[in-house]
Amino acid sequence: MRMLAFAKRNAKEILRDPLAIGFSLGFPIVLILLLSAIQANIPVSLFEIENLAPGICVFALSFMTLFSATLISKDRESALLQRLYTTPLTASDFIFGYILPIIPISIAQSIICYAVAIILGMSVTLNLVYAILFIIPTVLLYISLGLLCGSLFNVKQVGGICGALLTNLSAWLSGVWFDLELVGGAFKRIAYALPFVHAVELERSVLQGCFDEIFSHLIWVLAYALVLIVVAIFIFLSQMKKQ
Amino acid sequence: MNAIEIVSLTKKYKDVTAVDNLSLTVKSGELFALLGVNGAGKTTTIKMLSGLTKATSGDALLHGNSIVSDIASVKSLIAVSPQETAVAPALTVKENLELICRIHGFSRDVTDKKISELCSLLGLDILGKKKAGKLSGGWQRRLSIAMALISEPKILFLDEPTLGLDVIARSELWDIIRELKGKITIVLTTHYMEEAEALSDRIAIMKDGKMIICGTVNQIKEAAGTDKFEDAFVRIVKGETK
Repeated sequence: MRMLAFAKRNAKEILRDPLAIGFSLGFPIVLILLLSAIQANIPVSLFEIENLAPGICVFALSFMTLFSATLISKDRESALLQRLYTTPLTASDFIFGYILPIIPISIAQSIICYAVAIILGMSVTLNLVYAILFIIPTVLLYISLGLLCGSLFNVKQVGGICGALLTNLSAWLSGVWFDLELVGGAFKRIAYALPFVHAVELERSVLQGCFDEIFSHLIWVLAYALVLIVVAIFIFLSQMKKQ
Repeated sequence: MNAIEIVSLTKKYKDVTAVDNLSLTVKSGELFALLGVNGAGKTTTIKMLSGLTKATSGDALLHGNSIVSDIASVKSLIAVSPQETAVAPALTVKENLELICRIHGFSRDVTDKKISELCSLLGLDILGKKKAGKLSGGWQRRLSIAMALISEPKILFLDEPTLGLDVIARSELWDIIRELKGKITIVLTTHYMEEAEALSDRIAIMKDGKMIICGTVNQIKEAAGTDKFEDAFVRIVKGETK
């Protein structure tokens, strides 16, 4: 009850921010439309909708990190969290209150991205439902990054680190825009040591029904999500004690 | 009956002692002011009493509950209106109040009744649907106090409640605080002497983390040998009294 009240407040704070809605829903849709238009006018297969849509779904989640981190750091800088620390809300109420509302918003974001992809010609199969389910580990990964950055940085730093650095890392090292094989070498090794490309390939494998390939990517995403969420909770709690 | 009993409360940050061996009592229903210049230790004292900061040593009992060993019980008795604006900006006035009610586990009926009563008391009725972030500083402070009052605390901590407000907004907030006097115990921190003088039953003057005097306005003026409270404050803080 207490935690849900706090979670509802956090959902409203994000959903009532026109920038958040514009970036988290509008920007991915624009990207899908734009890159599909490019694909329609080039002779090579670069942005085929079956490959593009899962990539954009994963990339779009980096905005969820940005908005959750901004909300947490704003709350930390304002006196609202101080007020709430003096209420019966517990540490777990705070953590789940920040994490929970992002999950349905992120899933809704993925559904909308796939809906646009269907309009643009992506085939409708049962695998789409699985793809939406298998986005959840990736959602947790990006939420934990949001909790971590929101606990560590101030609003200005969050804008730079999540808004610029993370979205770029998530874009360039995920194989959404180009095949990492084309670059190869250290770039490819770094990309595969990070979770972003695994998240994209997990979605692509599920969507294409290549279920035997899922596990090798899922384990990377889950491992990163687990480690990041533990670290994020630890840092959030230590910041809570400091305040 | 004592609402607050502070015994040798101390807070140290590395080499700095923010609150030094503070001992005092606040009676139930009393409006008690902690007065001092910036850095005197007023806010740190409130933070310790409300569980926001752990005391380095000493203890305080709030209606018999220790801030050291039973902070959960303390939290169910108190409410804090912090120095800075403490509202959720994207939520409406009504939603901010609902948030606090739901956190305290009030039913829908009780929530509606409390919101209606408090909005009426604080003149927030017409602003119920307005987003808190769009309110002026004075109205945000009113909402902040309403959010503190809605849980019906036995002890209310008001940390610099009129800081940065214009004369009219300050006067209106004073009226609201006067309305609350006697109904609940209020601990107010301020560095405005006229505020402490106008509102408080008793005042403790703090300097460098230490309480240097505690009493009614008249007792403090008498101790300083002056008729003006401001002069009394300056003399006491500068150590010019005999």
